[in-house]
Amino acid sequence: MTVTGVQKDPASRTMTLTAEFTATAAGVWQLWSDPRRLERWWGPPTHPATVVEHDLRAGGSVSYFVTGPDGARSPGWWRVLQVTEPYGLEFELGDPAIPPLLVRVRIEEQPGGRTRMVIVTTFPDDEAMEQLIVMGYEQGLSTAVGQIDALFSTG
Amino acid sequence: MVVDEVEREALDDVFRALADSTRRDIVVRTLRAEYSVSALSRLYPMTFAAVQKHVAVLERAALVTKRRSGREQLVTGNVDTVRRAARLLDQLELVWLARLDRFGEVLAEDPDPGARA
Repeated sequence: MTVTGVQKDPASRTMTLTAEFTATAAGVWQLWSDPRRLERWWGPPTHPATVVEHDLRAGGSVSYFVTGPDGARSPGWWRVLQVTEPYGLEFELGDPAIPPLLVRVRIEEQPGGRTRMVIVTTFPDDEAMEQLIVMGYEQGLSTAVGQIDALFSTG
Repeated sequence: MVVDEVEREALDDVFRALADSTRRDIVVRTLRAEYSVSALSRLYPMTFAAVQKHVAVLERAALVTKRRSGREQLVTGNVDTVRRAARLLDQLELVWLARLDRFGEVLAEDPDPGARA
């Protein structure tokens, strides 16, 4: 797996992640369409996910919870907007921690037995979020290195 | 994404507090300099009481701190709170990068389902 790019665009409030895998589109798709596979990558080892409901079609929803080390459960949900098996899907991601995000996934086979997956997350049309980004840039704030280390050691 | 309960509620307060343009303006100003509530109220087309309410919302979200100096209340923006909220946006990136790592691992177990007989 290679993450070939992460782009953040404050103007459109989007974050775009691009990854390439040695796999077919069908192989990539089943990690979204199979709830038991989805569980295994959605949450980190410290907070494994359990998918409860998984209706992956336009108008359907996915619901899950993650279980923390102390046993506490934290819920999340997807409201599915669009599905084009095995090439893409679009859903609204809800989580108590943050305002809902729009997530768009595109899956495209490449020459040489590779498949590219592009995930675009869009922050809601929320002035507060925008202002935070602006303030962040104004103050020259940057990611705390410690957090990267912590996340990758548990993720 | 996973943040603990207390942090989550605190961040909710921050987002709610910043969902108002006057309050955003107060935060940006008071990050640069201390202002009395009276001085702030002269900047906006609203009553002193209205500005006081905005400051109270910001204080509850820990976006500003207030101190008394004689008869004045002095308001200062809280960089740490702003920084914590801005980190959330970077954390989102980290959450997804870690997810993609795990995605790759699970995918490697069965990358070509069509190849099975």
